[in-house]
Amino acid sequence: MHEDFEISIEGLSKIEGHASLDVKVRKGKVEYVKLKISQSKRFYTQAIRGKMFQSVPQLVSRICGTCSIAHLTCCTEAVEKALHVEPSSQTSLLRKLMTYGMMIRDHAMHLYLFSLPDVLGKDSVLDFDERQHELVHHAFEVKKAGNDLSKLIGGRAIHPPYAQVGNFSHLPDKNETKQVIEELKKVRSNIFELVRIFYDCPFTFRKRTRFVALTTSDFSFLEGMIKSSQGLIIPESNYWEHLHRVIIPYSQASGYEFEGKDFMVGALSRINLNREKLHKETRRDLAKYIRMFPSENIYHNNLAQAIEVMHCIDHSIEILENTDFKKENNKKIKIKEGKGVGVIEAPRGTLYYAVDLDKEGKILYGNLVIPTAQNQIKMENDIRTLVSRNLDKDKNFIQYEIEKLIRAYDPCMTCATHFLKVKWL
Amino acid sequence: MIFLELMNNHFFDWEKLIDFKYFKLLKSKGEIKDLDVAFVEGAISTFKEEKKLKEIRKNSKRLVAIGSCAVDGNPSNQRNFFSDDTKKEIKMVLDNFGHRDKVSALNEIVTVDENVPGCPMEEDRFLEVLNKYLKEFKVV
Repeated sequence: MHEDFEISIEGLSKIEGHASLDVKVRKGKVEYVKLKISQSKRFYTQAIRGKMFQSVPQLVSRICGTCSIAHLTCCTEAVEKALHVEPSSQTSLLRKLMTYGMMIRDHAMHLYLFSLPDVLGKDSVLDFDERQHELVHHAFEVKKAGNDLSKLIGGRAIHPPYAQVGNFSHLPDKNETKQVIEELKKVRSNIFELVRIFYDCPFTFRKRTRFVALTTSDFSFLEGMIKSSQGLIIPESNYWEHLHRVIIPYSQASGYEFEGKDFMVGALSRINLNREKLHKETRRDLAKYIRMFPSENIYHNNLAQAIEVMHCIDHSIEILENTDFKKENNKKIKIKEGKGVGVIEAPRGTLYYAVDLDKEGKILYGNLVIPTAQNQIKMENDIRTLVSRNLDKDKNFIQYEIEKLIRAYDPCMTCATHFLKVKWL
Repeated sequence: MIFLELMNNHFFDWEKLIDFKYFKLLKSKGEIKDLDVAFVEGAISTFKEEKKLKEIRKNSKRLVAIGSCAVDGNPSNQRNFFSDDTKKEIKMVLDNFGHRDKVSALNEIVTVDENVPGCPMEEDRFLEVLNKYLKEFKVV
Protein backbone atom coordinates (compact mmCIF):
# COMPACT_ATOMS: atom_id res chain seq x y z
CA MET A 1 0.00 0.00 0.00
CA HIS A 2 1.39 3.39 -0.98
CA GLU A 3 0.37 6.10 1.41
CA ASP A 4 1.85 9.09 -0.40
CA PHE A 5 2.75 9.43 -4.04
CA GLU A 6 2.35 11.63 -7.07
CA ILE A 7 1.94 10.84 -10.73
CA SER A 8 2.70 13.43 -13.34
CA ILE A 9 2.36 12.67 -17.03
CA GLU A 10 3.62 15.44 -19.28
CA GLY A 11 2.37 15.07 -22.83
CA LEU A 12 -0.08 12.16 -22.99
CA SER A 13 0.57 10.16 -26.15
CA LYS A 14 -1.63 8.53 -28.80
CA ILE A 15 -4.46 10.99 -28.39
CA GLU A 16 -5.37 13.89 -30.62
CA GLY A 17 -3.83 17.09 -29.23
CA HIS A 18 -1.94 18.04 -26.08
CA ALA A 19 -2.78 17.23 -22.48
CA SER A 20 -1.01 16.37 -19.26
CA LEU A 21 -2.10 14.92 -15.96
CA ASP A 22 -1.29 15.37 -12.28
CA VAL A 23 -2.43 13.01 -9.55
CA LYS A 24 -1.66 13.47 -5.86
CA VAL A 25 -2.24 10.80 -3.21
CA ARG A 26 -1.81 11.54 0.50
CA LYS A 27 -2.38 9.13 3.38
CA GLY A 28 -3.85 6.55 1.05
CA LYS A 29 -6.43 8.99 -0.36
CA VAL A 30 -6.55 10.63 -3.77
CA GLU A 31 -6.19 14.34 -3.01
CA TYR A 32 -6.62 15.52 -6.58
CA VAL A 33 -6.67 14.51 -10.22
CA LYS A 34 -5.98 17.31 -12.66
CA LEU A 35 -6.42 16.56 -16.33
CA LYS A 36 -4.83 19.60 -17.90
CA ILE A 37 -5.73 20.21 -21.49
CA SER A 38 -2.74 22.21 -22.62
CA GLN A 39 -3.55 22.70 -26.27
CA SER A 40 -3.54 26.44 -26.92
CA LYS A 41 -6.81 28.23 -27.28
CA ARG A 42 -7.53 29.70 -30.67
CA PHE A 43 -10.66 31.71 -29.83
CA TYR A 44 -12.87 30.63 -32.73
CA THR A 45 -15.99 31.82 -30.91
CA GLN A 46 -14.65 35.36 -31.02
CA ALA A 47 -13.11 34.98 -34.48
CA ILE A 48 -16.36 34.07 -36.24
CA ARG A 49 -18.19 37.20 -35.04
CA GLY A 50 -18.95 39.56 -37.89
CA LYS A 51 -18.14 36.97 -40.58
CA MET A 52 -20.67 36.12 -43.31
CA PHE A 53 -22.69 32.95 -42.73
CA GLN A 54 -21.39 31.19 -45.89
CA SER A 55 -17.76 31.37 -44.82
CA VAL A 56 -18.10 30.27 -41.21
CA PRO A 57 -18.61 26.48 -41.62
CA GLN A 58 -15.36 26.23 -43.62
CA LEU A 59 -13.56 28.35 -41.03
CA VAL A 60 -14.68 26.28 -38.00
CA SER A 61 -13.73 23.16 -39.94
CA ARG A 62 -10.16 24.24 -39.09
CA ILE A 63 -10.81 23.69 -35.38
CA CYS A 64 -9.83 20.07 -35.88
CA GLY A 65 -7.83 18.10 -38.40
CA THR A 66 -9.35 14.71 -37.75
CA CYS A 67 -13.04 15.55 -37.41
CA SER A 68 -13.21 18.68 -39.57
CA ILE A 69 -16.24 17.19 -41.34
CA ALA A 70 -18.15 17.12 -38.04
CA HIS A 71 -17.52 20.82 -37.33
CA LEU A 72 -18.32 21.76 -40.90
CA THR A 73 -21.56 19.75 -40.99
CA CYS A 74 -22.80 20.79 -37.55
CA CYS A 75 -22.12 24.49 -38.12
CA THR A 76 -23.78 24.26 -41.56
CA GLU A 77 -26.86 22.80 -39.88
CA ALA A 78 -26.95 25.63 -37.31
CA VAL A 79 -26.68 28.26 -40.06
CA GLU A 80 -29.39 26.55 -42.13
CA LYS A 81 -31.72 26.42 -39.13
CA ALA A 82 -31.11 30.14 -38.51
CA LEU A 83 -32.01 30.93 -42.14
CA HIS A 84 -34.83 28.34 -42.38
CA VAL A 85 -33.06 26.55 -45.23
CA GLU A 86 -34.24 22.95 -45.60
CA PRO A 87 -31.65 20.79 -47.35
CA SER A 88 -32.99 18.42 -50.04
CA SER A 89 -33.18 14.71 -49.29
CA GLN A 90 -30.28 14.22 -51.72
CA THR A 91 -28.15 16.74 -49.79
CA SER A 92 -29.01 14.93 -46.55
CA LEU A 93 -27.89 11.63 -48.06
CA LEU A 94 -24.63 13.16 -49.25
CA ARG A 95 -24.00 14.56 -45.76
CA LYS A 96 -24.60 11.14 -44.25
CA LEU A 97 -22.09 9.60 -46.65
CA MET A 98 -19.47 12.26 -46.00
CA THR A 99 -19.97 11.77 -42.25
CA TYR A 100 -19.68 7.98 -42.62
CA GLY A 101 -16.37 8.47 -44.44
CA MET A 102 -15.10 10.55 -41.52
CA MET A 103 -16.30 8.01 -38.94
CA ILE A 104 -14.62 5.12 -40.73
CA ARG A 105 -11.33 7.01 -41.05
CA ASP A 106 -11.38 8.54 -37.57
CA HIS A 107 -12.45 5.41 -35.67
CA ALA A 108 -9.89 3.36 -37.64
CA MET A 109 -7.17 5.82 -36.63
CA HIS A 110 -8.14 5.57 -32.98
CA LEU A 111 -8.66 1.81 -32.89
CA TYR A 112 -5.74 0.59 -34.97
CA LEU A 113 -3.13 3.28 -34.33
CA PHE A 114 -3.88 4.55 -30.80
CA SER A 115 -5.64 1.72 -28.91
CA LEU A 116 -4.43 -1.47 -30.56
CA PRO A 117 -0.85 -1.06 -29.24
CA ASP A 118 -2.32 -1.19 -25.70
CA VAL A 119 -4.17 -4.41 -26.51
CA LEU A 120 -1.10 -6.01 -28.07
CA GLY A 121 1.25 -4.81 -25.33
CA LYS A 122 3.30 -2.55 -27.59
CA ASP A 123 4.14 1.11 -27.26
CA SER A 124 3.46 1.91 -30.88
CA VAL A 125 2.16 0.60 -34.15
CA LEU A 126 5.72 1.29 -35.31
CA ASP A 127 6.89 -1.54 -33.03
CA PHE A 128 4.52 -4.25 -34.29
CA ASP A 129 6.15 -7.56 -35.12
CA GLU A 130 5.78 -9.55 -38.34
CA ARG A 131 2.63 -11.33 -37.25
CA GLN A 132 0.95 -8.10 -36.16
CA HIS A 133 1.91 -6.41 -39.40
CA GLU A 134 -1.20 -7.64 -41.14
CA LEU A 135 -3.24 -5.46 -38.79
CA VAL A 136 -1.19 -2.47 -39.87
CA HIS A 137 -2.17 -3.26 -43.46
CA HIS A 138 -5.78 -3.45 -42.34
CA ALA A 139 -5.42 -0.13 -40.53
CA PHE A 140 -4.33 1.79 -43.58
CA GLU A 141 -6.77 0.02 -45.91
CA VAL A 142 -9.73 0.90 -43.69
CA LYS A 143 -8.53 4.45 -43.12
CA LYS A 144 -8.05 4.89 -46.85
CA ALA A 145 -11.54 3.58 -47.64
CA GLY A 146 -13.05 6.15 -45.26
CA ASN A 147 -10.82 8.83 -46.68
CA ASP A 148 -11.85 7.97 -50.25
CA LEU A 149 -15.56 7.97 -49.35
CA SER A 150 -15.36 11.49 -47.86
CA LYS A 151 -13.28 12.60 -50.84
CA LEU A 152 -15.85 11.23 -53.29
CA ILE A 153 -18.58 13.31 -51.65
CA GLY A 154 -16.75 16.36 -50.33
CA GLY A 155 -13.77 16.64 -52.67
CA ARG A 156 -11.30 16.09 -49.83
CA ALA A 157 -11.34 14.08 -46.60
CA ILE A 158 -10.13 16.96 -44.45
CA HIS A 159 -11.78 20.38 -44.84
CA PRO A 160 -13.89 19.14 -47.80
CA PRO A 161 -14.42 22.04 -50.23
CA TYR A 162 -17.67 20.84 -51.92
CA ALA A 163 -19.77 21.05 -48.74
CA GLN A 164 -21.61 24.36 -48.33
CA VAL A 165 -24.70 25.93 -46.78
CA GLY A 166 -27.75 24.56 -48.65
CA ASN A 167 -26.14 21.79 -50.68
CA PHE A 168 -22.97 20.42 -52.31
CA SER A 169 -21.21 22.24 -55.15
CA HIS A 170 -20.29 18.95 -56.91
CA LEU A 171 -21.92 15.55 -57.26
CA PRO A 172 -20.04 12.26 -56.86
CA ASP A 173 -18.47 10.94 -60.05
CA LYS A 174 -20.08 7.68 -61.22
CA ASN A 175 -16.85 5.78 -61.89
CA GLU A 176 -15.30 6.84 -58.64
CA THR A 177 -18.50 5.81 -56.87
CA LYS A 178 -18.08 2.28 -58.23
CA GLN A 179 -14.48 2.19 -57.02
CA VAL A 180 -15.43 3.38 -53.55
CA ILE A 181 -18.18 0.74 -53.29
CA GLU A 182 -15.62 -1.94 -54.22
CA GLU A 183 -13.15 -0.57 -51.70
CA LEU A 184 -15.75 -0.53 -48.91
CA LYS A 185 -16.77 -4.10 -49.70
CA LYS A 186 -13.15 -5.16 -49.63
CA VAL A 187 -12.30 -3.64 -46.25
CA ARG A 188 -15.53 -4.90 -44.69
CA SER A 189 -13.86 -8.25 -44.03
CA ASN A 190 -11.13 -6.49 -41.98
CA ILE A 191 -13.72 -5.20 -39.55
CA PHE A 192 -14.68 -8.67 -38.30
CA GLU A 193 -11.20 -9.12 -36.90
CA LEU A 194 -11.17 -5.61 -35.47
CA VAL A 195 -14.46 -6.22 -33.66
CA ARG A 196 -13.20 -9.57 -32.38
CA ILE A 197 -10.00 -8.04 -30.99
CA PHE A 198 -11.88 -5.45 -28.93
CA TYR A 199 -14.48 -8.02 -27.89
CA ASP A 200 -11.77 -10.37 -26.62
CA CYS A 201 -9.80 -7.56 -24.98
CA PRO A 202 -9.86 -8.16 -21.22
CA PHE A 203 -9.51 -4.47 -20.19
CA THR A 204 -12.28 -3.54 -17.80
CA PHE A 205 -13.24 -0.36 -16.02
CA ARG A 206 -16.84 -0.35 -14.85
CA LYS A 207 -18.61 2.46 -13.10
CA ARG A 208 -22.17 3.75 -12.94
CA THR A 209 -22.35 6.14 -15.90
CA ARG A 210 -24.87 8.57 -17.39
CA PHE A 211 -24.81 8.20 -21.16
CA VAL A 212 -26.04 10.88 -23.55
CA ALA A 213 -26.29 10.73 -27.35
CA LEU A 214 -28.17 12.11 -30.31
CA THR A 215 -30.22 9.14 -31.49
CA THR A 216 -31.15 8.94 -35.16
CA SER A 217 -33.68 6.70 -36.91
CA ASP A 218 -31.04 5.16 -39.22
CA PHE A 219 -27.98 5.59 -36.98
CA SER A 220 -26.66 8.25 -39.35
CA PHE A 221 -25.35 10.68 -36.68
CA LEU A 222 -27.07 13.80 -38.04
CA GLU A 223 -30.78 14.35 -37.20
CA GLY A 224 -32.82 13.09 -34.28
CA MET A 225 -33.53 13.45 -30.58
CA ILE A 226 -31.02 13.58 -27.76
CA LYS A 227 -31.53 10.78 -25.27
CA SER A 228 -29.98 10.00 -21.91
CA SER A 229 -29.66 6.67 -20.14
CA GLN A 230 -31.84 8.21 -17.42
CA GLY A 231 -34.70 8.33 -19.91
CA LEU A 232 -34.66 12.00 -20.90
CA ILE A 233 -35.60 12.85 -24.48
CA ILE A 234 -34.59 16.33 -25.60
CA PRO A 235 -34.96 18.12 -28.95
CA GLU A 236 -31.65 19.33 -30.43
CA SER A 237 -32.52 22.99 -29.94
CA ASN A 238 -32.90 22.53 -26.16
CA TYR A 239 -29.67 20.66 -25.46
CA TRP A 240 -27.87 23.69 -24.07
CA GLU A 241 -30.49 24.09 -21.32
CA HIS A 242 -29.46 20.72 -19.87
CA LEU A 243 -25.74 21.46 -19.86
CA HIS A 244 -23.84 23.24 -17.15
CA ARG A 245 -20.45 24.68 -17.98
CA VAL A 246 -17.78 24.17 -15.34
CA ILE A 247 -14.66 26.28 -15.26
CA ILE A 248 -11.57 24.16 -14.70
CA PRO A 249 -8.85 26.62 -13.72
CA TYR A 250 -5.89 24.46 -14.73
CA SER A 251 -7.31 23.37 -18.09
CA GLN A 252 -7.55 25.38 -21.28
CA ALA A 253 -10.92 23.75 -21.95
CA SER A 254 -14.18 24.10 -19.99
CA GLY A 255 -15.87 21.00 -18.64
CA TYR A 256 -19.59 20.26 -18.79
CA GLU A 257 -22.18 18.54 -16.62
CA PHE A 258 -25.47 17.17 -17.87
CA GLU A 259 -28.34 17.80 -15.47
CA GLY A 260 -25.72 18.75 -12.89
CA LYS A 261 -23.83 15.44 -13.03
CA ASP A 262 -20.83 14.06 -14.92
CA PHE A 263 -21.72 12.08 -18.05
CA MET A 264 -20.30 10.44 -21.13
CA VAL A 265 -20.81 11.03 -24.84
CA GLY A 266 -19.34 9.01 -27.72
CA ALA A 267 -19.63 5.65 -29.43
CA LEU A 268 -20.39 3.76 -26.20
CA SER A 269 -23.32 6.11 -25.48
CA ARG A 270 -24.63 5.77 -29.04
CA ILE A 271 -24.51 1.99 -29.06
CA ASN A 272 -25.96 1.79 -25.55
CA LEU A 273 -28.87 4.06 -26.43
CA ASN A 274 -29.57 3.37 -30.09
CA ARG A 275 -28.07 0.03 -31.19
CA GLU A 276 -31.38 -1.29 -32.54
CA LYS A 277 -31.10 1.33 -35.32
CA LEU A 278 -27.81 -0.01 -36.67
CA HIS A 279 -27.89 -1.21 -40.27
CA LYS A 280 -29.58 -4.59 -40.66
CA GLU A 281 -26.50 -6.26 -42.14
CA THR A 282 -24.39 -5.00 -39.25
CA ARG A 283 -26.98 -6.29 -36.77
CA ARG A 284 -27.08 -9.65 -38.51
CA ASP A 285 -23.32 -10.16 -38.82
CA LEU A 286 -22.28 -8.71 -35.47
CA ALA A 287 -25.23 -9.88 -33.34
CA LYS A 288 -22.98 -11.68 -30.85
CA TYR A 289 -20.95 -8.54 -30.20
CA ILE A 290 -23.88 -6.14 -30.11
CA ARG A 291 -25.40 -8.28 -27.34
CA MET A 292 -22.59 -7.00 -25.06
CA PHE A 293 -24.54 -3.73 -24.83
CA PRO A 294 -25.74 -1.85 -22.86
CA SER A 295 -22.38 -1.81 -21.14
CA GLU A 296 -20.81 0.35 -18.45
CA ASN A 297 -17.31 -0.87 -19.23
CA ILE A 298 -15.56 2.24 -20.58
CA TYR A 299 -13.24 0.04 -22.69
CA HIS A 300 -16.30 -1.07 -24.64
CA ASN A 301 -16.14 2.38 -26.19
CA ASN A 302 -13.55 0.77 -28.48
CA LEU A 303 -15.82 -2.17 -29.31
CA ALA A 304 -18.67 0.28 -29.95
CA GLN A 305 -16.46 2.24 -32.37
CA ALA A 306 -15.56 -0.94 -34.25
CA ILE A 307 -19.25 -1.84 -34.59
CA GLU A 308 -19.95 1.67 -35.85
CA VAL A 309 -17.29 1.30 -38.53
CA MET A 310 -19.19 -1.74 -39.84
CA HIS A 311 -22.47 0.15 -39.78
CA CYS A 312 -20.94 3.08 -41.69
CA ILE A 313 -19.63 0.70 -44.34
CA ASP A 314 -22.93 -1.17 -44.68
CA HIS A 315 -25.15 1.90 -44.87
CA SER A 316 -22.77 3.68 -47.27
CA ILE A 317 -22.75 0.71 -49.65
CA GLU A 318 -26.56 0.62 -49.58
CA ILE A 319 -26.91 4.34 -50.27
CA LEU A 320 -24.26 4.41 -53.00
CA GLU A 321 -25.67 1.36 -54.78
CA ASN A 322 -29.26 2.59 -54.73
CA THR A 323 -29.04 6.31 -55.37
CA ASP A 324 -28.78 8.13 -58.67
CA PHE A 325 -27.46 11.55 -57.68
CA LYS A 326 -28.83 14.28 -59.94
CA LYS A 327 -28.02 17.94 -60.36
CA GLU A 328 -30.45 20.02 -58.34
CA ASN A 329 -31.27 23.71 -58.59
CA ASN A 330 -29.41 25.86 -56.12
CA LYS A 331 -31.40 26.71 -53.01
CA LYS A 332 -32.46 30.32 -52.92
CA ILE A 333 -31.26 31.56 -49.57
CA LYS A 334 -33.08 34.55 -48.13
CA ILE A 335 -30.81 36.38 -45.74
CA LYS A 336 -32.48 37.38 -42.51
CA GLU A 337 -31.98 37.68 -38.79
CA GLY A 338 -32.28 34.44 -36.89
CA LYS A 339 -30.99 31.94 -34.40
CA GLY A 340 -30.09 28.35 -35.22
CA VAL A 341 -28.90 25.28 -33.38
CA GLY A 342 -27.18 22.30 -34.95
CA VAL A 343 -26.50 19.07 -33.08
CA ILE A 344 -24.80 16.04 -34.60
CA GLU A 345 -22.81 13.08 -33.38
CA ALA A 346 -19.12 13.66 -34.09
CA PRO A 347 -16.82 10.61 -33.83
CA ARG A 348 -16.19 11.38 -30.14
CA GLY A 349 -19.77 12.29 -29.25
CA THR A 350 -22.45 14.94 -29.29
CA LEU A 351 -21.41 18.20 -30.94
CA TYR A 352 -23.47 21.37 -30.45
CA TYR A 353 -23.37 24.58 -32.46
CA ALA A 354 -25.52 27.67 -31.94
CA VAL A 355 -25.33 30.76 -34.14
CA ASP A 356 -27.16 34.08 -34.17
CA LEU A 357 -27.22 35.96 -37.47
CA ASP A 358 -27.91 39.65 -37.96
CA LYS A 359 -30.08 40.94 -40.81
CA GLU A 360 -27.09 41.05 -43.19
CA GLY A 361 -26.27 37.38 -42.53
CA LYS A 362 -23.26 38.09 -40.35
CA ILE A 363 -22.56 36.12 -37.19
CA LEU A 364 -23.52 38.08 -34.08
CA TYR A 365 -22.80 35.27 -31.67
CA GLY A 366 -21.61 31.71 -31.85
CA ASN A 367 -21.37 28.98 -29.24
CA LEU A 368 -20.16 25.43 -29.50
CA VAL A 369 -19.84 22.48 -27.16
CA ILE A 370 -17.29 19.79 -27.94
CA PRO A 371 -17.57 16.08 -27.02
CA THR A 372 -14.25 15.97 -25.17
CA ALA A 373 -15.27 18.97 -23.04
CA GLN A 374 -18.44 17.06 -22.08
CA ASN A 375 -16.40 14.00 -21.10
CA GLN A 376 -13.70 15.90 -19.27
CA ILE A 377 -15.21 15.85 -15.76
CA LYS A 378 -16.17 12.19 -16.05
CA MET A 379 -12.67 11.32 -17.23
CA GLU A 380 -11.18 13.01 -14.16
CA ASN A 381 -13.65 11.29 -11.84
CA ASP A 382 -12.92 7.93 -13.45
CA ILE A 383 -9.18 8.42 -13.07
CA ARG A 384 -9.77 9.21 -9.40
CA THR A 385 -11.76 5.97 -8.99
CA LEU A 386 -9.14 4.00 -10.93
CA VAL A 387 -6.32 5.27 -8.70
CA SER A 388 -8.35 4.60 -5.51
CA ARG A 389 -9.03 1.04 -6.63
CA ASN A 390 -5.34 0.37 -7.34
CA LEU A 391 -3.52 1.99 -4.43
CA ASP A 392 -1.84 -1.32 -3.61
CA LYS A 393 -0.25 -1.53 -7.07
CA ASP A 394 3.01 -0.28 -8.47
CA LYS A 395 3.06 3.38 -9.55
CA ASN A 396 4.09 2.57 -13.11
CA PHE A 397 1.20 0.15 -13.36
CA ILE A 398 -1.24 2.83 -12.18
CA GLN A 399 0.21 5.36 -14.60
CA TYR A 400 -0.15 3.01 -17.56
CA GLU A 401 -3.71 2.11 -16.54
CA ILE A 402 -4.58 5.82 -16.43
CA GLU A 403 -3.16 6.42 -19.90
CA LYS A 404 -5.02 3.41 -21.27
CA LEU A 405 -8.30 4.59 -19.78
CA ILE A 406 -7.87 8.10 -21.17
CA ARG A 407 -7.18 6.64 -24.60
CA ALA A 408 -10.34 4.51 -24.40
CA TYR A 409 -12.29 7.77 -24.19
CA ASP A 410 -10.64 8.82 -27.46
CA PRO A 411 -10.33 12.45 -26.35
CA CYS A 412 -9.53 15.26 -28.76
CA MET A 413 -7.73 18.13 -27.05
CA THR A 414 -7.51 20.12 -30.25
CA CYS A 415 -11.29 20.34 -30.40
CA ALA A 416 -11.69 21.00 -26.71
CA THR A 417 -9.73 24.25 -26.75
CA HIS A 418 -11.19 26.01 -29.73
CA PHE A 419 -12.91 28.74 -27.82
CA LEU A 420 -13.51 30.40 -24.58
CA LYS A 421 -16.24 32.02 -22.66
CA VAL A 422 -14.94 32.32 -19.15
CA LYS A 423 -15.42 34.80 -16.40
CA TRP A 424 -12.53 34.60 -13.94
CA LEU A 425 -13.54 35.61 -10.47
CA MET B 1 -3.47 14.54 -39.74
CA ILE B 2 -2.61 14.67 -43.41
CA PHE B 3 0.63 12.93 -42.55
CA LEU B 4 -1.40 10.05 -41.07
CA GLU B 5 -3.52 10.03 -44.24
CA LEU B 6 -0.42 9.98 -46.42
CA MET B 7 0.64 6.94 -44.44
CA ASN B 8 -2.33 5.08 -45.98
CA ASN B 9 -0.25 4.82 -49.14
CA HIS B 10 3.31 5.25 -47.88
CA PHE B 11 3.58 3.66 -44.42
CA PHE B 12 5.36 0.53 -45.53
CA ASP B 13 8.00 2.47 -47.50
CA TRP B 14 8.58 5.02 -44.79
CA GLU B 15 8.75 2.42 -42.08
CA LYS B 16 11.90 1.09 -43.76
CA LEU B 17 13.44 4.48 -44.48
CA ILE B 18 12.55 6.68 -41.54
CA ASP B 19 13.43 6.32 -37.88
CA PHE B 20 10.64 8.23 -36.12
CA LYS B 21 12.41 9.68 -33.09
CA TYR B 22 9.54 11.68 -31.62
CA PHE B 23 5.94 11.17 -32.69
CA LYS B 24 3.47 11.69 -29.83
CA LEU B 25 0.48 10.75 -31.96
CA LEU B 26 1.87 7.24 -32.49
CA LYS B 27 4.31 6.54 -29.67
CA SER B 28 4.82 7.55 -26.04
CA LYS B 29 8.59 7.14 -25.91
CA GLY B 30 10.93 9.38 -27.77
CA GLU B 31 13.12 12.42 -27.43
CA ILE B 32 13.97 15.43 -29.50
CA LYS B 33 17.70 14.97 -29.91
CA ASP B 34 20.07 14.81 -32.90
CA LEU B 35 17.28 14.86 -35.45
CA ASP B 36 18.08 15.06 -39.13
CA VAL B 37 14.74 16.63 -40.02
CA ALA B 38 11.97 17.99 -37.79
CA PHE B 39 8.50 18.50 -39.25
CA VAL B 40 6.62 21.03 -37.14
CA GLU B 41 2.94 21.87 -37.41
CA GLY B 42 0.93 24.61 -35.69
CA ALA B 43 1.53 28.25 -34.87
CA ILE B 44 3.25 29.49 -31.72
CA SER B 45 0.93 31.00 -29.11
CA THR B 46 2.49 30.34 -25.69
CA PHE B 47 5.96 30.92 -24.23
CA LYS B 48 6.17 27.18 -23.61
CA GLU B 49 5.58 26.46 -27.28
CA GLU B 50 8.19 29.05 -28.22
CA LYS B 51 10.72 27.38 -25.94
CA LYS B 52 9.95 23.96 -27.36
CA LEU B 53 10.28 25.21 -30.92
CA LYS B 54 13.71 26.65 -30.14
CA GLU B 55 14.69 23.35 -28.55
CA ILE B 56 13.56 21.48 -31.67
CA ARG B 57 15.55 23.88 -33.84
CA LYS B 58 18.69 23.38 -31.74
CA ASN B 59 18.39 19.62 -32.07
CA SER B 60 17.55 19.36 -35.76
CA LYS B 61 19.71 19.75 -38.84
CA ARG B 62 16.66 20.77 -40.91
CA LEU B 63 13.32 22.18 -39.84
CA VAL B 64 10.22 22.07 -42.01
CA ALA B 65 7.04 24.06 -41.30
CA ILE B 66 4.00 21.99 -42.33
CA GLY B 67 0.51 23.40 -42.78
CA SER B 68 -0.80 26.92 -42.97
CA CYS B 69 -0.63 27.59 -39.18
CA ALA B 70 3.09 26.81 -39.06
CA VAL B 71 3.93 28.53 -42.35
CA ASP B 72 2.12 31.84 -41.92
CA GLY B 73 0.20 31.56 -38.64
CA ASN B 74 -3.25 31.54 -40.19
CA PRO B 75 -5.92 30.74 -38.94
CA SER B 76 -4.50 30.11 -35.44
CA ASN B 77 -3.35 33.73 -35.33
CA GLN B 78 -6.90 35.08 -35.52
CA ARG B 79 -6.55 36.76 -32.15
CA ASN B 80 -3.79 39.02 -33.51
CA PHE B 81 -6.48 40.79 -35.50
CA PHE B 82 -9.17 41.10 -32.81
CA SER B 83 -10.55 44.52 -31.88
CA ASP B 84 -9.34 46.06 -28.63
CA ASP B 85 -12.62 45.09 -26.93
CA THR B 86 -12.29 41.45 -27.93
CA LYS B 87 -8.64 41.46 -26.93
CA LYS B 88 -9.70 42.68 -23.50
CA GLU B 89 -12.28 39.88 -23.31
CA ILE B 90 -9.64 37.18 -23.81
CA LYS B 91 -6.78 38.82 -21.90
CA MET B 92 -7.33 36.94 -18.63
CA VAL B 93 -6.97 33.58 -20.36
CA LEU B 94 -3.91 34.65 -22.25
CA ASP B 95 -2.25 35.74 -19.02
CA ASN B 96 -3.41 32.72 -17.05
CA PHE B 97 -2.01 30.14 -19.49
CA GLY B 98 1.21 31.91 -20.47
CA HIS B 99 0.30 33.09 -23.92
CA ARG B 100 2.47 35.50 -25.88
CA ASP B 101 1.18 38.89 -27.04
CA LYS B 102 0.71 37.55 -30.53
CA VAL B 103 0.54 34.23 -32.33
CA SER B 104 3.52 33.73 -34.62
CA ALA B 105 4.41 31.61 -37.59
CA LEU B 106 7.50 29.46 -37.04
CA ASN B 107 9.80 31.60 -39.18
CA GLU B 108 9.19 34.61 -36.95
CA ILE B 109 10.98 32.73 -34.16
CA VAL B 110 13.46 30.31 -35.74
CA THR B 111 15.04 29.66 -39.12
CA VAL B 112 12.77 27.48 -41.24
CA ASP B 113 14.44 25.49 -44.01
CA GLU B 114 11.37 24.46 -46.02
CA ASN B 115 7.67 25.29 -46.02
CA VAL B 116 4.72 23.05 -46.89
CA PRO B 117 1.76 25.46 -47.04
CA GLY B 118 -1.97 24.75 -47.27
CA CYS B 119 -4.82 23.85 -44.95
CA PRO B 120 -4.65 20.93 -45.01
CA MET B 121 -1.02 20.94 -46.15
CA GLU B 122 -0.33 20.25 -49.84
CA GLU B 123 0.44 16.56 -50.11
CA ASP B 124 2.61 16.75 -53.22
CA ARG B 125 4.74 19.52 -51.78
CA PHE B 126 5.22 17.52 -48.59
CA LEU B 127 6.35 14.45 -50.53
CA GLU B 128 8.71 16.63 -52.56
CA VAL B 129 10.35 18.02 -49.40
CA LEU B 130 10.51 14.61 -47.73
CA ASN B 131 12.13 13.02 -50.78
CA LYS B 132 14.60 15.86 -51.05
CA TYR B 133 15.77 15.23 -47.49
CA LEU B 134 15.82 11.46 -47.91
CA LYS B 135 18.35 12.10 -50.68
CA GLU B 136 20.25 14.80 -48.82
CA PHE B 137 20.74 12.52 -45.82
CA LYS B 138 21.62 9.64 -48.16
CA VAL B 139 18.77 7.43 -47.04
CA VAL B 140 17.89 6.75 -50.68
